[in-house]
Amino acid sequence: MNVNPLRDPQDRRLPQIAGPCGLVIFGVTGDRARKKLMPAVYDLANRGLLPPGFSLVGFARRDWADQDFARIVHDSVKEHARTEFREEVWQQLSEGFRFVSGDFSDDLAFENLRQTIEDLDKVRGTDGNHAFYLSIPPRFFSDVIGQLKEHGLATPSEESWRRVVVEKPFGSNLETARELNRIISGVFPSESVFLIDHYLGKETVQNILALRFANAMFEPIWNANYVDHVQITMAEDIGIGGRAGYYDGIGAARDVIQNHLLQLMALIAMEEPTSFDAKSLRIEKQKVLGSVVLPQRLDLYTAHAQYAEGWSGGIKVPGYKQEPDIPDTSRTETFAAIKLNIETRRWANVPFYLRAGKRLGRRVTEVAVVFKRAPHLPFTDTSTEELTQNALVIRIQPDEGITIRFGSKVPGTAMEIRDVSMDFAYGGSFTETSPEAYERLILDVLLGEPPLFPQQKEVELSWKILDPIIEYWAKHGKPDTYESGTWGPTSADKMIARDGRVWRRP
Amino acid sequence: MIELTGTNSSAIAEEFVRARRKAGSPAMGMVMTLIFVVSEEDAEDAMQAARSASREHPARVLGVIFGDARGAGQVDAQVGIGSGWTGETAMIRLTGEVSKHPESVVLPLLLPDSPVVVWWPTKAPENPATDPLGQLANRRITDASAAPRSKAKAMLTQCETYAPGNTDLAWTRITGWRALLAASLDKFESKVTSASVAAERISPSADLLSAWLADRLKVKVTRTSSKGPGITDVVLDTKEGPISLVRYDGKLAMLSSPGQPDRPVALKRRDIAELLAEELRRLDPDDIYAQTVKKLSKLSQATTSSSTKKS
Repeated sequence: MNVNPLRDPQDRRLPQIAGPCGLVIFGVTGDRARKKLMPAVYDLANRGLLPPGFSLVGFARRDWADQDFARIVHDSVKEHARTEFREEVWQQLSEGFRFVSGDFSDDLAFENLRQTIEDLDKVRGTDGNHAFYLSIPPRFFSDVIGQLKEHGLATPSEESWRRVVVEKPFGSNLETARELNRIISGVFPSESVFLIDHYLGKETVQNILALRFANAMFEPIWNANYVDHVQITMAEDIGIGGRAGYYDGIGAARDVIQNHLLQLMALIAMEEPTSFDAKSLRIEKQKVLGSVVLPQRLDLYTAHAQYAEGWSGGIKVPGYKQEPDIPDTSRTETFAAIKLNIETRRWANVPFYLRAGKRLGRRVTEVAVVFKRAPHLPFTDTSTEELTQNALVIRIQPDEGITIRFGSKVPGTAMEIRDVSMDFAYGGSFTETSPEAYERLILDVLLGEPPLFPQQKEVELSWKILDPIIEYWAKHGKPDTYESGTWGPTSADKMIARDGRVWRRP
Repeated sequence: MIELTGTNSSAIAEEFVRARRKAGSPAMGMVMTLIFVVSEEDAEDAMQAARSASREHPARVLGVIFGDARGAGQVDAQVGIGSGWTGETAMIRLTGEVSKHPESVVLPLLLPDSPVVVWWPTKAPENPATDPLGQLANRRITDASAAPRSKAKAMLTQCETYAPGNTDLAWTRITGWRALLAASLDKFESKVTSASVAAERISPSADLLSAWLADRLKVKVTRTSSKGPGITDVVLDTKEGPISLVRYDGKLAMLSSPGQPDRPVALKRRDIAELLAEELRRLDPDDIYAQTVKKLSKLSQATTSSSTKKS
């Protein structure tokens, strides 16, 4: 292969544009495809980052012609795209839209799909490069992947590629995760598989890495000598909405702790990788996940609960069991809190408290690193009454940023010290109008950049942490309840109080 | 917006703090100082562009407007912090003697320990790096295509006085072209034997694009005139046939490559704010631009010396 004379690593202004290729979306009528995927495709095109001739194939069980599909995409782009709608961009993009109608078990439909792709290679010059995006419930994965294999869609010809994108959940326990892996890896080699977690975008991951490892002032105190404990919170103010079918039987722990929160924990706790490529990063994260130990008493150091009806942000909302299609007997938790320890020298005796829930006070995801109190304060007890522990809070969303909480003298008083917060919002500051996670993701898939997303080993390690907890919950008692719009059940407060600590109000 | 007449730097700086306190928070999230130097009639447009570009990169934006240089020195300023916007702005008008010492007004207003960018939206000094304001900056942005006179020579002047940290918006304008051309060669095995660029008769961007192609591909690049707008055709000749990228409406381009169907691709002419935002993204010297301007100087010297020989 020749070296392209027009490329130069010094030329950092040039954006990487993927080679000729197309994207096939399964489950194109779903919410995620309409609200996130298709707008992201348009935004990429608008920013000039998609290759000329890019093609988008939709696959779903609808009786649509290409034009109907184009209209659906048009509407979703108009409504959800973050960049301005431009007719000429739309024109050139929509010429590459195709729709294939059929069931996932329908041989004819997949034959049709193969034909469509081959046509696109001729008409649009996609050169046999196609990514398959499975925006479908996991129970269909094996069908679709089997069909892709059977119809020769998974095997690229020479000098071209085929990739597959799978969204979380990656299984619902260790066993099913392995099963999923068996299905996918039987057809696609591991470098062609993109297990994606849209929630933990590359931007976020890279921001955390930059904060920890590009700075001199945080790393020296990033250990058990100075850190008292770490709280990782992912709160949503919404209920399950229309996702009863997906959510019931899954619950907060499987839905978000297994992937988002454990990934965040790994990024916060890991040692410095030798380089920032995907592989070195993975090695460090695996070391952290591999050294997690569960508390001895799961009854005392975990909590799970369901939201009951209540008032959330001025609106009266139903409880979990009153949601449509949720059986009265459901034991699925909508709130989960757990305590974990990481057995490394860096984190000896520094507990990590993880909590996630729906219908909580407000929507927020954050990591709070809470520091030990300064010893032997040369102030009287009364003057430091309002001083708590210093904290460094990494806000993931919304309004990404960093807050540092420290003590400062109250102006005018004799000598009183209280907590003050200093805020840095790089949401407004550094992002180039924040390339949404999906755009980065699609771009990485098309470019074949090894993703920073977890791979199989990490997924399995995460399930190893979570499986015993979920099994324990299944065997012992019912979930507690908490009023909607509050910060969770009293059992979670008691759990952290046992260690003499309290949850931050995020 | 607060008007300060007959003022000085410290009064302007105080006004910044006062305005921020009034808005509710003295906290600063700004990452750089952006200075632009402009005439009265272009000031409003430049300020708009600067403000919009600094949405991505919150900045203290200082507009410097030179008035009549005769008479007693006077500094007037309009100071404001935008609502719904993280930056702050001051439009500073200098008349009389002080207009020869603009750096003395600007220096105290630079944000501490952060990058400084100077942008000349229209008329630029011949040597930006030695300009008193240019010397304060890490990044100096000119725009040869907006030069009020001798447009044809403006780019060459900038090439000859290039210093690390200089860049020209004519260069920024061709990022999209360069990206597509580079991508078109990514999978292409055979070598480019010659190339051509067609654009409006006076187009600094087209000159830079030709020089860049000549420098990278080590081939002769022919530059021809067309009706525009801007650059219209780029053709890379190879043994297997030409690769061409053409755009006649300033919006949509068509990429043709041997053995491939023609592929349309969006390639919009961007507005100043977008160009400026791209410039502000990276503030270290642009090495590829340095190589390209060197090549362009060399090429133009070759043509002038050959044409003098003929005559």
